[in-house]
Amino acid sequence: MVDFVFAALAIITIVSAILALEAKEVVYGAVALALSFVGIAGFFALLDAVFLAMFQLTVYVGAIAVLILFTVMLVRREQWLKIKEGVYRTAGVVAAVIIALGLGYLVYASAFTHATPTLEQAPFTLLGPLILSDYWAALVALSLVLASAVIGAVVLAKLERD
Amino acid sequence: MILEPLVNYLFVSVVLFAIGVYGLVTKKNALRMLFAVEILINSANLNFVAFTRYLHPTSVTGQALAMFSISLAAAEAAVGLAIILAVFRLRKDVDVSEIKGLRG
Repeated sequence: MVDFVFAALAIITIVSAILALEAKEVVYGAVALALSFVGIAGFFALLDAVFLAMFQLTVYVGAIAVLILFTVMLVRREQWLKIKEGVYRTAGVVAAVIIALGLGYLVYASAFTHATPTLEQAPFTLLGPLILSDYWAALVALSLVLASAVIGAVVLAKLERD
Repeated sequence: MILEPLVNYLFVSVVLFAIGVYGLVTKKNALRMLFAVEILINSANLNFVAFTRYLHPTSVTGQALAMFSISLAAAEAAVGLAIILAVFRLRKDVDVSEIKGLRG
């Protein structure tokens, strides 16, 4: 039994993920990628992770997708259309099919098919205390990583001035 | 909210992962490869949240890990896009098979 909302979200996410890679224009690909992120946020909301869904919308759709879109528009040239995939296409399709079948069979044969939905759920207000107590070291490291990444991005983007 | 069986989420995640691997193997456009990496990260995040919802419904550990993962993905996208911009300025091209400057 598949819920209608779940099926719609799955179709949106998977089709736009394919479209992100296969669209003729990279700009359309970037927009499709943003749509795929929105679908994932819908899955998070469906899994009762409401805060994470908002986080995904803010960071992924609001920041990363827009950043990608800006970059695509900034460096767009017609010659991109001439980049051809060639011989790697078959290898890519074969690898994807093998991975999908292998992992799919693994999931199908696992004990997770018996995992039943439960009605009890954790409030998202636990998230803040958990991050600030158990994972405080990861949080500090993450802030350093983010700061250095942003500084590095600025330095890289100004490379031409040297 | 009543839920799907867990395997459906896992199947969606597996399909997204396969799409991401396909893009990573196939594409030579650096931006498309970045798209593929983002799709891979998203499928992993979906697994985190789905597993914690079904197997540990009273904890939010998976959501915390997914939050860290999303933040790391943001940093990775920033650096990756800056590298693509720099390479494009130097070479007027983003074809990764043509970028051989660091090959030993």
